[in-house]
Amino acid sequence: MRRAGARCVVTFAILAAIAAILLLSGLIDAFAQGTPFGLPRPTGKPATPPPDGITGWILAKQAEFSLAMRTMLRNARADGSAVWGLLGLSFLYGVFHAAGPGHGKAVISSYVVANNETWRRGVVLSFASALLQAVVAVAFVGIAAWVFNATMATMCTSERYIEIVSYALIALIGLRLVWVKGRALISTARTVGRPLHAVGAAVTSHDHKHGDHHHHDHKHDHHDHKHDHGHHHHGHGHHHGHDHHHHHDDEHASAWGHAHGPEPQDLAGPGGWRRGLSAIVAVGLRPCSGAILVLVFSLAQGMLWAGVAATFVMGLGTAITVAVIATIAVAARDLAGRFASARSGYGMLALRGLETAAAFVILAFGSLLLIGYLTSERLPLC
Amino acid sequence: MKRFVRTILAAAAACLSFAATAQAHPHVWIVMTSAVLYAPDGTVTGVRHAWTFDDMFSTFATQGLDSKQKGVFTREELQPLAEVNVTSLKEYDYFSYAKVNGKKAEFNDPVDYYLEHDKDILTLHFTLPLKTPMKAQNLEIEVYDPSYFIDFQFAEKDGIVLKGAPAACKGMLARPQEMNKELADRLSKVGPNEKIPENSFGAQFANKIRVRCQ
Repeated sequence: MRRAGARCVVTFAILAAIAAILLLSGLIDAFAQGTPFGLPRPTGKPATPPPDGITGWILAKQAEFSLAMRTMLRNARADGSAVWGLLGLSFLYGVFHAAGPGHGKAVISSYVVANNETWRRGVVLSFASALLQAVVAVAFVGIAAWVFNATMATMCTSERYIEIVSYALIALIGLRLVWVKGRALISTARTVGRPLHAVGAAVTSHDHKHGDHHHHDHKHDHHDHKHDHGHHHHGHGHHHGHDHHHHHDDEHASAWGHAHGPEPQDLAGPGGWRRGLSAIVAVGLRPCSGAILVLVFSLAQGMLWAGVAATFVMGLGTAITVAVIATIAVAARDLAGRFASARSGYGMLALRGLETAAAFVILAFGSLLLIGYLTSERLPLC
Repeated sequence: MKRFVRTILAAAAACLSFAATAQAHPHVWIVMTSAVLYAPDGTVTGVRHAWTFDDMFSTFATQGLDSKQKGVFTREELQPLAEVNVTSLKEYDYFSYAKVNGKKAEFNDPVDYYLEHDKDILTLHFTLPLKTPMKAQNLEIEVYDPSYFIDFQFAEKDGIVLKGAPAACKGMLARPQEMNKELADRLSKVGPNEKIPENSFGAQFANKIRVRCQ
């Protein structure tokens, strides 16, 4: 009975959290646009045309900004002051544009959820990846178009290579997280699942104490320091031995091992920045098609610098949107965590499950992008 | 445990397919005119498109191309680019979806394609032959990019032409905005038990060429 109740709470918490992420990655955040260009259309029926409503409005706004930007870019040649308008528009465009595919919102959000990162890290990751993306776009056009005077076809080919590397990196990050978090989940599930009636029994009666002590002592030899740490909190509770298992399996367990809810400073394990770097590169490596168009156009107008400035301001706008989404994802996760931790053992299980799910999302995104099932914004004419 | 994993997998799958419906926004604008082509015996043989690109894309597309006169490109100089364009468009079904008498009809690879450059603006001309030319009481050709990377619009004037069509055939264009308003009006007059007008469904679709032959 108790067990079923606990399961129910966990399932609910997980579903709530996943629903939040689902909304994030589906509605606000759209990493990849999903026309299966690479594959035949399954039904043979054309997909739906541009939608109405909020999405339609965001699209319309972007189109409007995008058109206004090119007009300003054209005017800026004759009238330098038009550049200020251009920059303002570029910023707004960036803010709206990040709601479209290809700016790593899904990857960054899933990453911060999977990795237990703080919202601050989410924000930093968002800004860093957007900055890198702007730098890459400028370097890309600078080298390809300005230095080598490459054609559109050449630029598209090299962009595809960059894409492949970027998607492979995303898939690899996902794979690594699935491995780490999946193992943690499984070991947690084992710990939580097995002793539950035993825990229940221990709460109501003290009969089992002896046997458990025996078990406990045995473990003690192998896990000295960790044991001491837990010992103070839990006294002789015999599920303790299972916590050991958990510590043993998971490299950065920290406070999670006790299912008491995380201390903020414990959330990001050591080496977090190095881990974060891989996400920044994976997301930022692929230049935005919109930025490339603007840069090449401004180069042709003899105003490359205006295009460069616009690209960076655009990146700033993009970063803000991605950061907001990542922060919401972190908040949703923490909320789910608080929800679930009402049941101590299961709280951890729920959060582990959430992390693993987020890791799977990253892996799946990377893989599907790699095999071409999902296509990020891509120029269809070259 | 199993149920747990299954829940997570299902949620991840839902998440992905949900994200997959997300949209891009146009980076490229195309204004088009299309001609529906008929054989002397009245069968529909295909459609000829002329797609005029916006100046930013035109600049991007001609970037790095050699030309005798700077900034001016002849048809011959642009032919390799036209080749690249139509080859790449195949992957996207040329953004053209035809229905003959209510049934989906396939196009063959394009023929007679070339690019034209005029005042920094490119226009791509190409013909899409129907795989099986046939007599069509009802012909519908939709042109749009499902991913909305490209914004397609028919030209205000002569957006559609019927070439060699039997006299009984009438062509019309459905543009999304206009139809929406018209649709809204019409739908407001539909009684509770009445059927929704037959072509209201089609009105949601952008840029539809419709040819009816009595």
